[in-house]
Amino acid sequence: MAKMLNVALPKGRLGERVYDMFEEAGYECPSIKEKNRKLIFENEEKGVRYFWVKPSDVAIYVERGAADIGVVGKDILMESRPEVYELLDLETGKCRMAVAAPKGFQDDVQSTLRVATKFVNVARQFYASTGRDIDIIKLNGSIELAPILGLSDVIVDLVETGTTLRENNLEVVQVIDQISARFISNKSSFKFQNQEIERVMEGLSRVVESRGNNE
Amino acid sequence: MIIEGADLNNREKAMFALRALYSSHGFSLYRMSKFEEFDLYARNRDFMDSASIITFTDTDGMLMALKPDVTLSIVKNNRHIGNDIRKLYYNENIYRVSPKTHYFKEIMQVGLECLGKVDEECICEVLLMAAESLKVLSENAVLDISNLDILSRIIEACDVSEEVEAKITGCIGEKNLHSLSRICDENGIDGQKKELLQKLITLYGDPEEVISELEEVFYDLGDDLSEESRKIYSDSIKRLVTIMDAFEGTGLEDMLRIDFSVVSDLNYYNGIIFKGFVEGVPDGVLSGGQYDKLMDNMNRTSRAIGFAVYMDYLGKLSKFDGEEVVIRG
Repeated sequence: MAKMLNVALPKGRLGERVYDMFEEAGYECPSIKEKNRKLIFENEEKGVRYFWVKPSDVAIYVERGAADIGVVGKDILMESRPEVYELLDLETGKCRMAVAAPKGFQDDVQSTLRVATKFVNVARQFYASTGRDIDIIKLNGSIELAPILGLSDVIVDLVETGTTLRENNLEVVQVIDQISARFISNKSSFKFQNQEIERVMEGLSRVVESRGNNE
Repeated sequence: MIIEGADLNNREKAMFALRALYSSHGFSLYRMSKFEEFDLYARNRDFMDSASIITFTDTDGMLMALKPDVTLSIVKNNRHIGNDIRKLYYNENIYRVSPKTHYFKEIMQVGLECLGKVDEECICEVLLMAAESLKVLSENAVLDISNLDILSRIIEACDVSEEVEAKITGCIGEKNLHSLSRICDENGIDGQKKELLQKLITLYGDPEEVISELEEVFYDLGDDLSEESRKIYSDSIKRLVTIMDAFEGTGLEDMLRIDFSVVSDLNYYNGIIFKGFVEGVPDGVLSGGQYDKLMDNMNRTSRAIGFAVYMDYLGKLSKFDGEEVVIRG
């Protein structure tokens, strides 16, 4: 019997949507929908074992081989650059990584730009590519508050619909990248459980395609 | 002298097993100082990120570094090889910033380098040594090989900026088909070039199958390719076939896979590059390739190939549990 595939899913709404995709691809595990405090869910017959982890930890589980495969937002891959294979764009959880600022903001290039963000590496890399001198202010939440209170000039954050920005009189100045959920694999697992992983990937890719056609 | 019962741990046993393997194949041990002049890394800063090196000032005021790498030192200290071939192996600790923790880490490396007249036979020998090394470490191992010349040629034909080049290489390394397609579209890379790049991601696995598919792809493109490209592609495939032939009948052939996602810096490496994995260890434990371009950059006329085994990544190495070791020197 082949080894079980360990699958790390991100806790929360995105994770639930992604699990539905695994189910549709033929890797169901009904016990996962029961309300209890279990952390690990198995379907021996299908050879999969799911566990929920904090979204920002999925890449670490996969990179270190505790999970063979997993699903993670592109934002987290951009920020932490883990050594994994990024096999498929699941085209769900779509949003943009963007620079936002108070409406009518004019960048004063004579002074250092203050940037508030959760995504320190993404922001640093983005401004390094434009050659702009910046001061990074690392925040862990409510990033939109920073420019309103004068803590920063701009923010680098995820923008889904833009409603939060609009309600706080902010607007997108520049889009850095398109974000969505990605299917990733540990590099070593991809070698030793290749057929199993490729089968999951093919299943998911069929689901992505059929959903795309239905939109 | 025979030393028995030296109470070695599994990592030390593996280390001695590898050293014995290399010396029995005519490689000679190369000992180095832990320190190197910092200037060496400053001059090759693309090869070795000089910001992640531990430096100190020696008593004579010279800026020194704790070695972050062995290859550069071996190249530096081996001039004038001429038509000869120098086969060396080493067992050294190096000091680098771990990409995972972002702190400095001492890493034990065992590896070998061939400098000089590196011909096809020598390349095959080094690959066989890499496969043998993996076999020493685990019963279940995979050696992924790639020929970088194919990717280099496609990218050259795309005629894009260095930044886009790095992005393309990154996507191939991640097996990231969706981002690759987007980058191609954004940069006007279409038709056969885009198709070829995509093939480098989707083709993976059994060498014979991959090679026959690859031959088909190039055959179909036929007249669309320039004379020069056609020659580069066919030579690159031939090189891979030669390697497969060299593995035939060694008992190591099942370990071979062709995987173009093994990528390295195109400014330093060329030709055959490879990476080794053992089951149960999340990272590649062996990595190497031809680095003729590094030799060029350091004004050497000879060619080179080598690899390193990262002993610290190896975990518990249960294969060596209870194994008795007798050291004869």
